[in-house]
Amino acid sequence: MFNYDQYLRLDKFPLIWCSGCGDGIVLKSLLRAVHKLGLQKDQICMVSGIGCSSRLPGYVDFNTLHTTHGRALTFATGIKMARPELTVLVITGDGDATAIGGNHYIHAARRNIDLTVLLFNNHIYGMTGGQVSPTTAKGKKASTAPYGSFENTFNISGLAQAAGASFVARSGVYNPVQLENYIVKAIQKKGFSLVEIMSPCPTAYGRRNREGTPVDMIAWQKENSVPVAKAGQLTPEELEGKLITGILVDIERSECRAEYQKLIDRLAQS
Amino acid sequence: MSNASQQRVRVLTGNEACAEGALAAGMRFYAGYPITPSSEIAEVLAEQLPRYGGVFIQMEDEIASMGAIIGASLAGSKAMTATSGPGFSLMQENIGYAAMAEVPCVIVNVMRGGPSTGLPTLPSQGDIMQARWGTHGDHPIIALTPFSVAETFSLTVRAFNLAEQYRTPVILLLDEILGHVNEKVELPKDGEIALVNRTLPHDPPERYLPYRHTESGVPPMVSFGQGYRYHVTGLAHDESGFPTNRASEIEKLLDRLHRKIEQNRDHIVEVEAYEMEDAEIGLISFGSSARASRHAVRLAREAGKKAGLLRIKTLWPFPDQEIQAYGDRVKKWIVAEMNRGQLAHEVEWALCGRAPIHRVTVYNGDPISPLTILNRINQLD
Amino acid sequence: MSQEPAAKKKKGHVTVREAWCKGCAICVEFCPEQVLVMERGKATVAYPDRCTACNLCELRCPDFCITVSVKGE
Ligand code: SF4
Ligand code: SF4
Ligand code: SF4
Repeated sequence: MFNYDQYLRLDKFPLIWCSGCGDGIVLKSLLRAVHKLGLQKDQICMVSGIGCSSRLPGYVDFNTLHTTHGRALTFATGIKMARPELTVLVITGDGDATAIGGNHYIHAARRNIDLTVLLFNNHIYGMTGGQVSPTTAKGKKASTAPYGSFENTFNISGLAQAAGASFVARSGVYNPVQLENYIVKAIQKKGFSLVEIMSPCPTAYGRRNREGTPVDMIAWQKENSVPVAKAGQLTPEELEGKLITGILVDIERSECRAEYQKLIDRLAQS
Repeated sequence: MSNASQQRVRVLTGNEACAEGALAAGMRFYAGYPITPSSEIAEVLAEQLPRYGGVFIQMEDEIASMGAIIGASLAGSKAMTATSGPGFSLMQENIGYAAMAEVPCVIVNVMRGGPSTGLPTLPSQGDIMQARWGTHGDHPIIALTPFSVAETFSLTVRAFNLAEQYRTPVILLLDEILGHVNEKVELPKDGEIALVNRTLPHDPPERYLPYRHTESGVPPMVSFGQGYRYHVTGLAHDESGFPTNRASEIEKLLDRLHRKIEQNRDHIVEVEAYEMEDAEIGLISFGSSARASRHAVRLAREAGKKAGLLRIKTLWPFPDQEIQAYGDRVKKWIVAEMNRGQLAHEVEWALCGRAPIHRVTVYNGDPISPLTILNRINQLD
Repeated sequence: MSQEPAAKKKKGHVTVREAWCKGCAICVEFCPEQVLVMERGKATVAYPDRCTACNLCELRCPDFCITVSVKGE
């Protein structure tokens, strides 16, 4: 029996999220990961942007910072550069990180700064009532895409990989243990680590797109997940509409703050 | 001469003096994005900060720069960014965040001609109102305006002191002339500079309220990672820092944010009176325009006219009381500025029609010349 | 795990913190033993004896309502 309460601000409960929202499942995976790593609460700084998932820091007993829309990574960069000894976790969503915050997203990955980003991908703007996001699939409906979206989407994990992240994994709330393991690895990795998490939004996305109940949406992940190793053997047609899960990137690459420290040390010696 | 060591006397530009002042104030975190005419500030700090063990980082844009300095300040560093008009526009949302979440930081705006890309290499003083009202909503702000290279150094130090003392963003408004002019300055030695640091809480972590409604209006502040785990948000919040929708709490917060500046305005507001003792014609100006104004006063005095200059060092909160104090004696006012009358408008507001206000406004990229101001003085007879 | 013979199947004790339950039914639907049911919009433990302490309900409840402990531990 895992004791979540030790990490929670219980007086803020119940959670603000809708019935069946996946975000709470992610929060639990995260807390188990923090525990597994033996991290002290004082040592963790959690930074979020704006949106449903970005309300998460309010519930955890860490140093918590709820910032402006899309800018969590910039605040987090300031914290990490100033106090590298802190473990900095960033909570963000598909709209927050890759629409309004897209520029910061690719640059944080390019710097490979030691941040762990949990990106809750629900394919919609939930908090503002279901507007189309950069990951709303073509044809899917949103309040600002009443006839179905006509735009192409971002591959969020691919974007981080291309920009230089040293760790990228994708999972979903159907598999909370896998999620927990990926978060552990992401925090352990020195560098920009992304965990892209499929977290269903039954309210703003599911209803409008007839995706069924929260249970149906989670069960969809079970039916349609393809582990990355297996995905390599399938054709693009076979992969159409599937969710490729697993560790997509795990490489060694120089980390921004550590490189800066080398500069400080070099100048101190000369 | 004092016994200052040889290298304390240096020839610097305003931008360089700003960077030196920030280092002397204890600034150890700079994030910025290149923009003319402010870039030299970043260039000096890119060289110096790592030598001090501090952090210099060039961000992807000005929005990110502002976010990074807020994060660094919450983590315990004195932090700053520098920019010019277009970049200052991009920073506005996060400046509002710093005001709301009460995060000390310094934003330098080396003003250039606007609007938009405007006049990248030519001076202006057109961002007076943007400094006050650039971000949305009612918010307090402090803005300082030096007029010489030496004063750029001292007001940069003061900007950090005020930011730390009042837990607020402080804006330092330079202009292109001041940023690039070379002057000889005598820098104080480190021990000679009075530095202010944020007030730490006496309360233990379990009783700490990061937004406590203290008498001074300023809540004590502790950095992240010091054992006080608290929440910071740009949403309206209660004393504990968590979001609230309760009208009474929201009002109390916004009132305190303003009160901490308003009730300390006498400490914050600084003006310099030059030949004002018997002046009947009063000039009001700031920044590099104040140099032309001072010159014009000298010329007018030589011609036997009772002219004086009230030079504004603290633009926000506005020195209305300091101007009103001359209300009975000064018969005519002239406001000299490099914009279409933003300062004059505020002076009119302060004087409520007690004396006529005349304007010298230049907004074509030229600096104001002393003779233009002198002509205006002569026209008043 | 294979070290545990099927005959010695674990027994679990599951509880629901009703005050926080939002009635999403995730716990009910993903329980392999049909221990839980929905009742008046809340999850309820209907067949406690069937519980094998597999923990799947606890892992997936988004609202921190469920605790599972292994009987006899
Ligand atoms: S709107 Fe969607 S994402 Fe937001 S809390 Fe509700 S279910 Fe979750
Ligand atoms: S622990 Fe397993 S068997 Fe027991 S109630 Fe939960 S899901 Fe069902
Ligand atoms: S998963 Fe949790 S919130 Fe949903 S019905 Fe079960 S106990 Fe209630």
